[in-house]
Amino acid sequence: MFAPSVLYIALLIGVPFILAVLYAFSDARIGSTGFHYVGLENFRSILHSPSFRKALRNSIVFTLCAQAIVIVCSNILSIALEKPFRGRGFIRFLILLPWVAPVSLGTIGWKWILDSIYSVITWVLVALHLYKPYSAPMWLGEPHLAMASVILVHCWRLIPFSTVIMLAGRSAIPREIPEAAAIDGAGFWRTLFQINIPMMTPILSVAVLFGIIFTFTDMTVVYILTAGGPFDSTQTLPSLAFATGIAGSDLAAGAAISLFLVPVLVAVAYLMLRIAHRTEVT
Amino acid sequence: MAIVETRNLTKVFKEGELGAVNNVNLVTEEGEFLVFLGPSGSGKTTLLRMIAGLETPTSGEILIGGRVVNQLSPRARRIAMVFQSYALYPHLTVYKNIAFPLKAQNVPKDQHRKKVEWAAGLLGIDKLLDRKPRELSGGERQRVALARAIVREPAVFLLDEPLSNLDAKLRASAREELERFHQSVGTTTIYVTHDQIEAMAMGDRIVVMNFGEVRQIGSAAEVYDDPADTFVATFLGSPPMNLVEQGDVIVGFRPEHFFPVTQLAGRAAVPEEIRVTDREGPFVSLRFRISHQEYLGAERLVYGTLEGGRSDGKKVVSRLSASHVAKYEMGSVHAFAVSEKHLKFFDRETQKRTQPRHDPWQ
Repeated sequence: MFAPSVLYIALLIGVPFILAVLYAFSDARIGSTGFHYVGLENFRSILHSPSFRKALRNSIVFTLCAQAIVIVCSNILSIALEKPFRGRGFIRFLILLPWVAPVSLGTIGWKWILDSIYSVITWVLVALHLYKPYSAPMWLGEPHLAMASVILVHCWRLIPFSTVIMLAGRSAIPREIPEAAAIDGAGFWRTLFQINIPMMTPILSVAVLFGIIFTFTDMTVVYILTAGGPFDSTQTLPSLAFATGIAGSDLAAGAAISLFLVPVLVAVAYLMLRIAHRTEVT
Repeated sequence: MAIVETRNLTKVFKEGELGAVNNVNLVTEEGEFLVFLGPSGSGKTTLLRMIAGLETPTSGEILIGGRVVNQLSPRARRIAMVFQSYALYPHLTVYKNIAFPLKAQNVPKDQHRKKVEWAAGLLGIDKLLDRKPRELSGGERQRVALARAIVREPAVFLLDEPLSNLDAKLRASAREELERFHQSVGTTTIYVTHDQIEAMAMGDRIVVMNFGEVRQIGSAAEVYDDPADTFVATFLGSPPMNLVEQGDVIVGFRPEHFFPVTQLAGRAAVPEEIRVTDREGPFVSLRFRISHQEYLGAERLVYGTLEGGRSDGKKVVSRLSASHVAKYEMGSVHAFAVSEKHLKFFDRETQKRTQPRHDPWQ
């Protein structure tokens, strides 16, 4: 019964993973058939490379900021969308759209919105006389703005997913519990932080952990918007691995960089399984 | 303590639809145990939720302690409520559950332990303070919910079917406990139930509701013995009051007041005449064809139909005590009697109580 899925996992995940491990300890390069074992040489060299350290730091900043924004926003959205009102179905549909649309298409759209010449945002700011046309911000051209843009676009993409999970979590709370809290004298914030959010913890952590995996391993948004630039300021581990291993044809170094993701992802996956298990038991 | 009053209180959930609560006027007394009784969908819970502030009235006013509270949030109304599901906070221990209202109302922290222990002691759950709600039995959960309600000494208690999740045996003891609890705290209490036994056992007064309207307010004896209309007459009592249509009136009598003529003092023979008299005053004798019986231990229910006269074929029930041992064959006809003073008369059009008639059976 499990055979097809085991085969599928072995072929599509196991084989590339083993290849990556092999490459990471070799001197494999695109365009050369030579294959020599070089030990930890690749790891030593990438650890000494400033762009790797920058990418690692960027990855962490990118993941933490994006997750913080996603959790706060999706919480607010799920509260707003919980009570029925006119057009709620339509608004839920609109909010879900970014998740349904292919990442690359959505990101290309954002690339135009943030473009240095054609940016709609810049155009609006100029029209409001907040900026002069020649001194308008370059959304993807200045290191900090570029990082912020990448984070926000990624949030735009993840918020729908997180909102749907939160909505499910909120609606699993019996209606009487927040009502009892209201009668007991709790206001909005106390009910939110001491009753609703603690009761949603299991599902909330699932949302956070999924979000971490999606964010930490994502390279579409970074690659399309900035390709890691300017000056590596938005380079994350996956995009650096791609840039080094495929574009830069140093397969071995690329494989070594992507292997750095493994411990993080293993830890997250372990946590996720534990939380899923705990919610099952209680 | 406070008096709760509603004035023309109405709740309509969907425009154009019949109100869930229609024009309800009632006033509790100081420290009273008032019960809202009605079948499901009668609006009793909606009425309670409006008093609690969980539901906004469509029109009308709610007063607590003489002050209009329509615009006040639940927390400002000084009420406490126990929900049918108890609504304990599952992630908090019993101690933290009980302390939550204190925390939410900014009671100084050093008073928490004393108050929680007082409330827990009152309900006998002081040993459970470190447990989580899921580790408690139904009866214990109910007590935690009550403790959480009294801990901040509210002006009014609202209880929404708090016993309906308990099994039958536990329910009887919990009922007794609730009564004792009310006597000891003496807070004005409004209690919602669909169980007439609970209502009659506990209520100082009972508000009988149906279709969002108050049908009658009165003590247990009043609503049982003097029902205001046919709904109250049939909703209270098990089996309900026998109702027999007679021209423009409906005659009602309780099954326990309908018994064999042979039980009348000094009458052994079966009389053929319509009216007999004994110490209890005049009786009406009716011919009763028995269809089946139910033996319930302490009592016996005898089902059958009336024979002869204008009420021929009407189904009625008689409730006989266990001390009455006579056997009745299925299909046999016997003379049964009911005292005239136990006959209730209802208008056939309005279903409301009307003046007693004489000779309704001719």
